Amino acid sequence: MKEKSDLPQGTLDLLILKVVALGPVHGYAIAQRLQQVSRDVVQVPQGSLYPALHRLENRGLLAADWNETETGREAKFYKLTRKGRAQLETETASWERLAEAVGLIMKLSPEGAE
Amino acid sequence: MDEQLEKELRFHLEQQTAELQAQGYGAGEARRLARIALGGPEQVKESCREARGTRWLEDFAQDFRYALRTLGQRPGFAAVVLLTLALGTGATTVMFTVVNGVLLKPLPYAQPSQLVTVQERTEKPNQYGYVWAFAYPNYLDCKREARTLASMAAWRYGGGTISGARGAEYVDGLQISSDSFSVLGISPLQGRGFLPEEDQLGGTPVMMISRGLWQRMFGGNPSAIGSVVQFEGKPYTLVGIAPENFQLGENVDVFTPLGQDESPGLRNRDRHPGINVVARLGEGISLEQARTELAVIGQQLAKQYPESNTGRSFVAEPLRPEVGDAGATLWLLLGAVSFVLLIACANVANLLLARAAAREREFAMRVALGASWNRLVRQCLTESGVLGLCGGAVGVLLAMAGVTEFVKFWPGDLPRAEEVHLDWRVLLFAVGISLLSGLIFGLAPALRLRRRDLERAVHTGARSVGPRSRRLHGSFVIGEIAIAVILLVSAGILGRTLLRLSSLSPGVDVQNVLVARVALSPSTMANPAGIRAAWKEILENAQQVPGVRSVATVDTVPMREGNNQVSYWTSADLPAPNELPLALATSVTPDYLQVMGIPLLKGRFFNEQDRLGNETVVVIDDVLAQKAFGGEDPVGRRLWIPDAGSPFSSGAASGAAGSDVARVVGVVGHVRYWGLAGDDQAQVRAQFYYPFAQVPDALLGRWSELTSIAVRTNAAPLSVLESLRGAVRGVTGDQVLYEVRTLEQLAAASLARQRFMMMVLGIFAALAMVLACIGIYGVLAYLTGQRVPEIGLRMALGASAQDVLRMVMRQSGIMILAGVGVGVAGGVVAARLLQSYVPGVRSIEPATFALMVGVLIAAALVASFVPARRASRVDPMSALRQE
Repeated sequence: MKEKSDLPQGTLDLLILKVVALGPVHGYAIAQRLQQVSRDVVQVPQGSLYPALHRLENRGLLAADWNETETGREAKFYKLTRKGRAQLETETASWERLAEAVGLIMKLSPEGAE
Repeated sequence: MDEQLEKELRFHLEQQTAELQAQGYGAGEARRLARIALGGPEQVKESCREARGTRWLEDFAQDFRYALRTLGQRPGFAAVVLLTLALGTGATTVMFTVVNGVLLKPLPYAQPSQLVTVQERTEKPNQYGYVWAFAYPNYLDCKREARTLASMAAWRYGGGTISGARGAEYVDGLQISSDSFSVLGISPLQGRGFLPEEDQLGGTPVMMISRGLWQRMFGGNPSAIGSVVQFEGKPYTLVGIAPENFQLGENVDVFTPLGQDESPGLRNRDRHPGINVVARLGEGISLEQARTELAVIGQQLAKQYPESNTGRSFVAEPLRPEVGDAGATLWLLLGAVSFVLLIACANVANLLLARAAAREREFAMRVALGASWNRLVRQCLTESGVLGLCGGAVGVLLAMAGVTEFVKFWPGDLPRAEEVHLDWRVLLFAVGISLLSGLIFGLAPALRLRRRDLERAVHTGARSVGPRSRRLHGSFVIGEIAIAVILLVSAGILGRTLLRLSSLSPGVDVQNVLVARVALSPSTMANPAGIRAAWKEILENAQQVPGVRSVATVDTVPMREGNNQVSYWTSADLPAPNELPLALATSVTPDYLQVMGIPLLKGRFFNEQDRLGNETVVVIDDVLAQKAFGGEDPVGRRLWIPDAGSPFSSGAASGAAGSDVARVVGVVGHVRYWGLAGDDQAQVRAQFYYPFAQVPDALLGRWSELTSIAVRTNAAPLSVLESLRGAVRGVTGDQVLYEVRTLEQLAAASLARQRFMMMVLGIFAALAMVLACIGIYGVLAYLTGQRVPEIGLRMALGASAQDVLRMVMRQSGIMILAGVGVGVAGGVVAARLLQSYVPGVRSIEPATFALMVGVLIAAALVASFVPARRASRVDPMSALRQE
């Protein structure tokens, strides 16, 4: 199954790690948060969210617990492991470098190109 | 796991639905939108499982169920495959069970890896090699000095006559040191072992007996402990029962303390009877460390006792079970049986291959539906693995029955037979070979699945057999035939050997001769005159028994275990001891030639005048005559017998240097002493006889222990046995016959190994041939079945039934010939192997090869004739319509 995300490759994992870094959170809330924060610009297909969560959990970047939500329902809450936090830091740094480099290229003047 | 996933996704959907409802959607609409947003629940779950890496397990379970289901759908196919595999794995498991029990299992003692045997070693080799029997005083010194050895124990053979309420009986026995049990780490079944103070001269006479003798004599009653038993004419107090895993000797019934043995030689460092020594390494001590220390002790003793111990040292080797030459036979048979398994695998591979061709469209469909190539191969392998395991399970059941039969069938006693049973190692092995064979035969159809071919198959729905697959089938058949040829040729060679050997004359007239060892009454053993009188009386009484024609004594009987190798020379100018030729020396009484039916070729045999005091005489056989004297007449010539092993003069006992001289008075025919099979290849074949009456007094006691009587009878020899037993019983009534054999039995037993190998290999070969024929039949039936439209077309174009028959037969002929070619090459190698492992096997005999290959070709042609004829009867019209 290919992931039909419009996000650049690997970005979904980074976004999930970022959201989970704010505190233990369940899958639905992660979907909501991604939707809100990206102001509906980025489409995160919910179908690829759960496989991504399970993959990250399997790789030991996330840990999961069953807990009660504020409405008293049982849900699976994800939180960042130490390994996940380290991963988030390196990925954030490399993302920033990439974004900066892409930004610089985009700012090149048309004169310079001719 | 799956439940949690389900719950997590449900939670998501419910939350989403609730929120959408809050936004104003109807309940149904909200649920629908939520589902669309999440995507197909099964796909999401599938992706999650894949992300977790648990998918293969679920696939496996699915494939497993599918495999069972498809097998169930075709019970006939499943039965053939399972039976073939069960036979293959069953036979292999039987052989492995035996190999495991006899050769691989550690000894049944605590921490067997710490146990070592210790032997004396000489610097200069004698005719028996570097290893030297251990002297009891040396053992005591080593035991006292060695720090690397936690404990040390010694034993030596000490059988004798035990008398109880049921009369006298000769039993095998061991003299053991007091710590034998503790060294091995075992404890007596009942009572106690020997105390250190009982293991020395003058100790209280105590004995232990085996569980078997305890049952025989006392019915297994524990109150037997403490009772007094007569052994070798002396009263012994029974103190304990030995456990069954005390396995220092075979079938030993009586144990006495070694230290109590009063025989004078035992305490010599030189000219001693020899003992066996076993030791346990200290905790954390390596074999190397122990060897180093033993070498140092050896040097010290050599300094202390230069006369006897110069050049002597001690070596330790890991203690291994005594299995004689059973190892080579067993490995050979395990190799042979794995060939049968290979044929079984090839057959099943062929069947699966044919079925895979039939399932090509199923596979093509799966590929079209998105199954990956890996996935299909995995499915194929799962199916064959299931087949393999099921076949293996049936095979283990067959093996359980087969093992006991095999052990019973083994000629003589299989060493460590009590260890041979199914255990976890065997089960592990069975599971291993089942899976392995599943892999082997499953790989062929799996590898056949090439994506491109499958895609084409979807388009064409093709039923034709590609040349590649025909080649694959063909090579399996060739392999099967080759293996069958190897096994058939091996069995044939053994059969020929057996025929040839059975027709050989052993050099004695084996009919109507009985031989038995005699245990003289312990009371007569006190002085040489008594011993001589006892033997004279035995011969005279035996002669009176009705049905007895003649009787003689003999120490080493042809074709029976035991021999006495003595070096000789034809002048007084002796070469170095290890360059002296050896001959088999046998002491007999004058009637020996008549009893055995050995022809006298020259001169005379012994008479009553050949006794101590008169000239020492020998009679040699024609082999020795030829070797020692070439073409010259040996009668009247002399043989010099170096002192060390001489059975003639009392010099042997006193240790005087020099050699004995004996006059050759006659030449007799050669006797195949080493048995019908072994004699030609034996190292020492030359023989000489010397008169029992000229054995010096000093050796007489020892010689009497070894001497048997040989009786020629008028009728079946065993019919006189009871009256013979009565006649030799003696005045005290405790002289007994034991190890009673007829010469015919000994001659048959000397071929038992060959006969056994031939039978077992014959069974394997027959199995292989049947399997190979089934294979040829199956493949041809399949291939011609696939070619029906083609054949129909040919016939429509004018080919006759004869042409079609010829065409199919040619196809099978090519496979058969190729297989035979490979098989004959393999057969030559197998023949060499047999030659080096089985005595009596001659080099390659073309006639045997031709015969066995002929049998196989005939069988293979018959097997291919059936499908060929069916093909020739194809109705062209209906065949073409099929297209």
